[in-house]
Amino acid sequence: MKTAERQFTTISGVPIDPLYGPAPFDLAAPGEFPYVRGIHADMYRGKLWTMRQFSGFATPEETNRRYHYLLAQGQTGLSVAFDLPTLMGYDPDHAMSLGEVGKCGASVCSLEDMEILFRGIPLGDVTVSMTINSPASVLWAMYLAVAEQQGVEWSRLSGTLQNDILKEYIAQKEYIFPPRPSMRLVTDTIEFGALHTPRFNPVSISGYHIREAGSTAVQELAFTLRDGMEYVDWALERGMDVDAFAPRLSFFFNAHSDFFEEIAKYRAARKIWALAMRDRYGARSERSWKLRFHAQTAGCSLTWQQPYNNVVRTALQAMAAVLGGAQSLHTNSLDEAYALPGEHAVTIALRTQQVLAYETGVAATPDPLGGSYFLEKLTLDTEAAAEDYIRRIDGMGGMIPAIEAGFPQSEIANASYRYQREVESQERIVVGVNRFQSEEQPIELLQIDETAGQHQEKKLAALRARRDNTRVRQTLDALSRAAEGRENTMPFLLDAVRAYASLGEIMDALRAVFGIYQETAHL
Amino acid sequence: MANPIRVLVAKPGLDGHDRGAKIIARALRDAGMEVIYTGLRQTPEMIVNAALQEDVQVIGLSILSGAHNAIVPRVLELLREKDMTDVRLVVGGIVPDEDAEALKKAGVAAVFQPGASLDAIVQFIRGSVEGQPAS
Repeated sequence: MKTAERQFTTISGVPIDPLYGPAPFDLAAPGEFPYVRGIHADMYRGKLWTMRQFSGFATPEETNRRYHYLLAQGQTGLSVAFDLPTLMGYDPDHAMSLGEVGKCGASVCSLEDMEILFRGIPLGDVTVSMTINSPASVLWAMYLAVAEQQGVEWSRLSGTLQNDILKEYIAQKEYIFPPRPSMRLVTDTIEFGALHTPRFNPVSISGYHIREAGSTAVQELAFTLRDGMEYVDWALERGMDVDAFAPRLSFFFNAHSDFFEEIAKYRAARKIWALAMRDRYGARSERSWKLRFHAQTAGCSLTWQQPYNNVVRTALQAMAAVLGGAQSLHTNSLDEAYALPGEHAVTIALRTQQVLAYETGVAATPDPLGGSYFLEKLTLDTEAAAEDYIRRIDGMGGMIPAIEAGFPQSEIANASYRYQREVESQERIVVGVNRFQSEEQPIELLQIDETAGQHQEKKLAALRARRDNTRVRQTLDALSRAAEGRENTMPFLLDAVRAYASLGEIMDALRAVFGIYQETAHL
Repeated sequence: MANPIRVLVAKPGLDGHDRGAKIIARALRDAGMEVIYTGLRQTPEMIVNAALQEDVQVIGLSILSGAHNAIVPRVLELLREKDMTDVRLVVGGIVPDEDAEALKKAGVAAVFQPGASLDAIVQFIRGSVEGQPAS
């Protein structure tokens, strides 16, 4: 095809001009409002990003061993992956947990499991991120209780709770309660955190899963930032001062394959958030204006075919995240189109970040691509397109009515179907999948068998026989009453987990009060 | 023209990743089939009951969580119990080769792994219902 006839678009379908610039770009320096060029003047010269590999599988015992291994390999933060029963608030012996225990992450169903998960890991010295949403406040209560046992003051704890329920309704679908009681629980954690854990991020507002569900870069950006505004609205409604909680809101974006589109997305994100915090919400603290984010390379871009190519994809995506100014980063492992990563694969993924940080020179100066005609134009276009979505959602009355109308869900489904059709018709080339195919080389995979589930069920049965069940009942009853009323639920959750009530028991108590959510499936 | 092929696309287990299921449902619909999508978190019992009520010829299960070895045999068992062995069961998702072979031996008509093309899936379903590959 002749160049003149061929359409050039980003992976999200945004047209790309034949040539950009020269054009004047009036840009504030890195560290200056609205932070397009980064939130720090010296960026990675002052401090490298945190290398934080998301990890968890089978039992808390096995996952604890993996954490010790990763820390020994030079990883600088931990990130807990929980299994599906934990994410959905079921104990391992529940009928819905059939075949799922320990498969997608670690099974943690009681304070005892959380104690095991962090055995030998001083919580005052390591930052920990926990990917948990509907039952986030319960798992956080368990974490805070382990810190108590270790004698670590809560004020010293540093880390992140994902706790972003809105993107569950939009994309990842691990919701339990209807949106409004769920938002109340999130607001409880924001309020509790502002009082007791000043160094802990109570919410990580996540575009990652929205993108993995098939959205475009602009949709990822717009829906995530609008979700962020929804959390701000609810905290303000609770009577909090914006500068008391906004500095601890953090973000989590995807690092997909279209290099410049991704960098533009991170730069636009900082600008939109800074302007919204200052002008829409009247925040006065500079810390409230600065958007901090974690990035993870795109799991959905990894291919089952020719899995070693995934190392290359991940390296390039990770470089985009670093050039876009990420505060922390997870790099996917080459075997993740098949299974949870094995130790060898996860080591290569971590080494990829270390090569970026110490060999490539990309961390030597802030925003090294700033001023590129193409990148600056793409940043402005991305910002404008995201602002347009945000206005539409405002017009619907906010994110919850938009979700109830199925708006973000169908926008994403349309984008994902269009992309798949483009791959089918070879308008998009995926190396090794629809072009450049070759014979497969088998790779070694992590196997998780059913023994993890049996182990967890046995341990929970022993715990139920050993604990003070009267105290469990009392703390659960108190929690139910708090949930029915307007009190902050966190102190009641802490009492229940300290009594070794199981995750399933606690979530059942809340299900009885809040009810459960069922979505209308939109095709 | 013959009646359109009826397909139930189902998401069993706790896995909420519905991107693939929705794409497949749309692709089958665009290919002229009648598609019923169950939505999320269906037990094997719910899926087989829905298949019976909707009188489908094909059930497509989408599983990405690794729970296929627990869920798929249960669906097959229920199909046998309800005398519905003429319903073809197709599985898509993250299913390793050796598991795929075992599931096919147990009675699954086909397992589609990541990267499978929509056309191949449409053609397989059409072929298995009509007894011949579509042109």
